[in-house]
Amino acid sequence: MIRIDSVTKRYPDGTVAVDRLSLEIPDRSITVLVGPSGCGKTTTLRMINRMVEPTEGTITLDGVDIMKQPVNTLRRSMGYVIQNAGLFQHRTIIDNIATVPRMLGWGKDKARARAGELMERVGLDSALAKRYPYQLSGGQQQRVGVARALAADPPVLLMDEPFSAVDPIVRKGLQDELLRIQEELGKTIVFVTHDIDEAVKLGTMVAVMRTGGHLAQFAPPAELLTDPADAFVEDFLGADRGIRRLSFFPSAGLELLTAPIVAVDATAEQIAARATGDAPYLLVTDLDGKPLGWAEPGELTAGEIRQDQLLACGRPFVAGKESLRAALDCAVLSPTGWAVAVDGEGRAAGVVSQQTIGEAIRGAHAERRADGKTDGKKDSRDSKGSKKDGTTEKAAR
Amino acid sequence: MNVLNYIDAFFSDSAHWQGYDGIPTRLAEHIQYTLEALAIAAAVGLPVGLLTGHTGRGGNILALIATAGRALPSFGLMVLMFVLLGLGLAPVMIPLVVLAIPPILVTTYEAMRSVDPAPVDAARGMGMAETEVLFRVELPVALPLILSGLRSAAIQIVSTATIAAYVSFGGLGRYIVDGLYQRDYEKVVGGATLVAALALVTLGVFWAAGRLSVSRGVRRA
Amino acid sequence: MSELFDMPSDLQHSYLGLVMLHLREALLPVLFGLLVALPLAQLCVRLRWLYPPVLWITTVLYAIPSLAFFVILIDYTGQSELTVMIPLGVYSLVVLVPAIVDAVRSVPQETLAAATAMGFGPVRRYVQVQLPIAAPAIIAGLRVASVSSISLVSVGMLIGNQGALGNLLNSGMIYNQERLIWLSVVGTAVLAILVDAALIGVRILLTPWMPRGTRKNTPTLTAKAAAR
Repeated sequence: MIRIDSVTKRYPDGTVAVDRLSLEIPDRSITVLVGPSGCGKTTTLRMINRMVEPTEGTITLDGVDIMKQPVNTLRRSMGYVIQNAGLFQHRTIIDNIATVPRMLGWGKDKARARAGELMERVGLDSALAKRYPYQLSGGQQQRVGVARALAADPPVLLMDEPFSAVDPIVRKGLQDELLRIQEELGKTIVFVTHDIDEAVKLGTMVAVMRTGGHLAQFAPPAELLTDPADAFVEDFLGADRGIRRLSFFPSAGLELLTAPIVAVDATAEQIAARATGDAPYLLVTDLDGKPLGWAEPGELTAGEIRQDQLLACGRPFVAGKESLRAALDCAVLSPTGWAVAVDGEGRAAGVVSQQTIGEAIRGAHAERRADGKTDGKKDSRDSKGSKKDGTTEKAAR
Repeated sequence: MNVLNYIDAFFSDSAHWQGYDGIPTRLAEHIQYTLEALAIAAAVGLPVGLLTGHTGRGGNILALIATAGRALPSFGLMVLMFVLLGLGLAPVMIPLVVLAIPPILVTTYEAMRSVDPAPVDAARGMGMAETEVLFRVELPVALPLILSGLRSAAIQIVSTATIAAYVSFGGLGRYIVDGLYQRDYEKVVGGATLVAALALVTLGVFWAAGRLSVSRGVRRA
Repeated sequence: MSELFDMPSDLQHSYLGLVMLHLREALLPVLFGLLVALPLAQLCVRLRWLYPPVLWITTVLYAIPSLAFFVILIDYTGQSELTVMIPLGVYSLVVLVPAIVDAVRSVPQETLAAATAMGFGPVRRYVQVQLPIAAPAIIAGLRVASVSSISLVSVGMLIGNQGALGNLLNSGMIYNQERLIWLSVVGTAVLAILVDAALIGVRILLTPWMPRGTRKNTPTLTAKAAAR
């Protein structure tokens, strides 16, 4: 575990970048430091590998003070990924990735073999191995940056706004890739970003920092959205946090209606039997069971169902796998007000109304309250402290 | 076409190819002095430039040195040294070296400063020692610009060493200065051709050195 | 006899006269170089394919030693001022063309697009937007060209005393007067420094919009100029 203990960074000109910050970074999970520019998040990250040396306080890694070991040994045991990747333009991709293993004394062939494995792991075509950085796109360069940081298999990975210089679509791809890699490797990752959505998406724990190097709140993302500690955090989270929070509620418990679904070749009897009145519409599927669209039962004539008669059903959600947010989104976007749930293969698994989803949301809230707002993933000690502050402030308002 | 005739006449005269004042001897002298002056200037300019560029300190002083170095009249300096120190290698070598240091020093400094800070940060972050950062990360990227500084220094030395014939120095300048004095235009033009050719060969050597030593990733980036 | 600034009569000039002659021999070629370089550089900016060969030619021309350049010209222009000024003009040209091309190219695309969107024609855009933004780099090029031109004029002494202050070097040797050599060296250096300072002054006057100490903002341009 990385423990940051009342650490302060004061520069010679008197600026305080980080002010008596304490933070416990849990092992094998992603901890995100997020905040506006000047909040000291990058300074905090850079103090962990001593790119910046703390003025006061201590940082320990597995109980050992980081100041007590040789600085380069410390850094070689931590992967470091920065914005724009910072690749060595005079080295090929494979040699960029092999840098740290080579420094650690690995043979050239072994280091390159390892680099090759990592290229695959981060989703880079092995044909790129002999290319130079200038021949790669920004997203590819960033993947190389991640591979390079992972090359010597360090237990800790420090990532300083690694995805902020690429366009949103590429960024989403990189984020998904990071989550996938993390699932396989289980590193202790400290991730700095100014993008709260990225923080909420990636973080197991999120530390929101405010200007002047103060910790505003340290909590799992769901809790952050439910219960921001103060006005600053609430403001930083931005609008729609209620909706965004639904991302953390599974759709598994939703009661799906399977009755109002008919295949495109349905007979008049089948149509009649399915029009039970539970739903005002019937969902028509193709012969594989994939949803085609909605229609009122009276509009359907057996044997003559045509696609252009149907109301579009929009993007369905994957039952059980996607969150209540996805379900609600489908329902809101659907012209009928009903969401379509599909299974992993895209076959209709059932339909659900806005009203049912609303009940599920209320139910989920109640359940959370009963659970004492814990979420399983979170480290309760730290978040309790900050939450207490939050509640008092709220009470004062 | 006159000049071409002179050149032809100069190079076809077999007397110009042998002896104390023969082309091989003069050429060898010129190359030797150039290499010596360049080596001394590089021995001073490169380490200081690399170090100041790496640490980022001393930029203002270097800018001053650059301006002062350019403002010094090379020819006048050489004559002055000759008058002060008398006949010999020193009065010529000193101005040659003094003139060659500023381009090497300042270009090396600027080359190091213009290296993208991101890879340097990444290198430190992954635990490279400072010397490794300098030689394995910054230097390969700064190399093309550093070579261009060495190239201008070398060309300046070749050019100034020619003028040094006026203060009884050897090398290819002898043909020009003696030729002018003897009103032997054939000799003058022959010498000028040789000096120009040597300068172009110098360019070529540095071009080749760049092709060989600069990574393809840097050249194209 | 030796008042500090007394001149041998064969030089046919007072010290001040030599200084003025030196300035003229050094700076007229730079002015000429600038006048040719501006349109040539603009052409290189317009026609991108033209720039690499032009860059090659300039590098090669700049490499040719001044004395070799002078003496080859003697056959055409005699042992005259012109013989000294032509190579200096060429050197200035080859320093200025890349400096201007790089400077004009470094004007941000957005700035140009904004100017075009506001309805600037190509000429107006060049004169009112590109040139002013490129001015600091152009002046950096002018500084290098002027200072080295001032230094090189002295070499003209070797081709029949066409070296202005450089002629004092020869007189000093002939008449065994160290004083004359000092006058030449110090005079030339001071002249170079004054012209350099004057150009810095011009830059400050022309670009009041630039923050102080901006040479750090254009490291590559400075380095390229330094490499010349």
